[in-house]
Amino acid sequence: MKKNWWKILTVLLLVFTVAVGMLSDVPRLAILNETIRNLYFHVPMWFGMILILLVSVVYSIKYLRKPSIKNDIIAHEAAKVGILFGVLGIVTGMEWAKFTWGEYWSNDPKQNGAAIGLLIYFAYLVLRSSFAEQQQRARISAVYNIFAFAALIPLLFILPRLTDSLHPGNGGNPGFNAYDLDSSLRLVFYPAVLGWTLLGIWIVNVKSRFELLRQRLYENV
Amino acid sequence: MLFKEVIYLMQKDFLLEWRQKYAFNGMLLYVSSTVFVCYLSFGLRSNALQVPVWNALFWIIMLFTSVNAIAKSFMQENRGRLLYFYSIVSPQGIILAKILYNACLMLVLALICFIFYAFVLGNPVQDIPMFLLSILLGAIGFATSLTMISGIASKAANSSTLMAVLSFPVIVPMLLMLIKMSKNAMDGLERAASLDELLTLLAINMIVVTVSYILFPYLWRS
Repeated sequence: MKKNWWKILTVLLLVFTVAVGMLSDVPRLAILNETIRNLYFHVPMWFGMILILLVSVVYSIKYLRKPSIKNDIIAHEAAKVGILFGVLGIVTGMEWAKFTWGEYWSNDPKQNGAAIGLLIYFAYLVLRSSFAEQQQRARISAVYNIFAFAALIPLLFILPRLTDSLHPGNGGNPGFNAYDLDSSLRLVFYPAVLGWTLLGIWIVNVKSRFELLRQRLYENV
Repeated sequence: MLFKEVIYLMQKDFLLEWRQKYAFNGMLLYVSSTVFVCYLSFGLRSNALQVPVWNALFWIIMLFTSVNAIAKSFMQENRGRLLYFYSIVSPQGIILAKILYNACLMLVLALICFIFYAFVLGNPVQDIPMFLLSILLGAIGFATSLTMISGIASKAANSSTLMAVLSFPVIVPMLLMLIKMSKNAMDGLERAASLDELLTLLAINMIVVTVSYILFPYLWRS
C-alpha cells in the first residue's frame, strides 16, 4: 500500500481536475468563453506526451547500454502511450480550434508539428513490426527511437518559434503567462498536468508488467 | 587513425562508383526524366510556373531523388564485404565516410538537377548564390539524415518501403526550412532575412551527425 500512494494521488488529482475544471469559475474572455476549460485537458496531453516519449527514449538508451527484454518492453509501451496522448491532444486541439479559430485544421505550425511527430512514432511501430527476431528488433528500433527523438526536438521546440502561430505565445499572441492564465486557472492547470502525466505512467507500468508476464509465459510453455 | 579510415573508405566508394557508374547514371536518368515529366504534365512553356509552385516542385524532386540515391548506400554492399569491413575498420569511420560520400553525391546530383530544372522550367531565382547555398545545405542535410535511415532500413525485410516511411517524417523539418530559405533567395530578399533558417539548418545537421555518430556502432553490430 505504501508503494501505491502515487496511484491514489493520480485518482485524486484527476477527480479534482474533472470536477473543479468543469464546475469552477473561469475568466470570461472574448472568443474563448467557456472553451477555456479545455486548457485542463488539451495542454496536459502535450506535457504528458513529451514526458512519456522521454521515458521511452531513456529506456531505449538503457537498452543499448544494457540489453534486457524489460527495457525494450518499457520503451515500446511508453511509445504507444505517448502516441495515445498525442492523438488525444490532437483531437482535443482540433475541437478547440473549431470553436475558437473557426476550423478544425488551420495549417498552424504547431498542429503540423504534432502531426509529423505522430507520423514519426507510427513509423517506429511499423519498423518494429518488420522484424521477426526479437533482439534485432529491440536494438534497431531503439536506435530509431533515439534518432527520431533527436529529429523531433527541433520540430517541436525550434520551428514553431520561428514562424507565426495561432497558438498563444507565438507570433505576437500573448502567452498564457502574460495575463490570461490567472491564479484560479493555475490552481487546476498544474494538478491537471501532474494527474494526466501520472495516469500515463500508470498505464505504461501496468502494460509493461503485463507484457513481461506474457513473454515469460510464452517462454515456459 | 579515424581520419585515415574515413579517407580510405571514401576512396573505395568513389572508386566503386567510378568503375560501375551504376548509382550515378541511374540517378541522373531519374532526375532528368522526373523533371521532363513535370515539364510535360504541366504542359507549359518556360517561366509560366508560379514561384512557390516552382520552389515546392524543385524540393519534392530533390527529396525523392535523394531517398532513392541514398537508399542504395547500405543495400548494395554484399554480406561478405560488410563482414570484411567489420573486422578491419571502426563503425564511426564507416558512417562518417558514408555521410561524406553521400553528401558529395547529393551535391553533384542537386546541382545537375537545378541546372536541368532551370533550363527546362525557367529560372525565376533572383539571388543565385543564396539559392546555391540552400542547395548545398539541403544536399548535406539530406545526406546526413538519410544515410542513418538507410542503415536502419537495410536491416529490415522490406527495406525500400521502410526507407520512405522512416525518412519522410524525420526529414520534414529540414525540408520546411529549406523551402523557406530558397523562397527568400528566389524573391531576392536581403540575405539577413534567411539567417534564422540557415542557423537552424546547421544546428539540425549537427544534431543528426552527432546522433548518427553515437548510434551507428549499435546498428553495425548486428
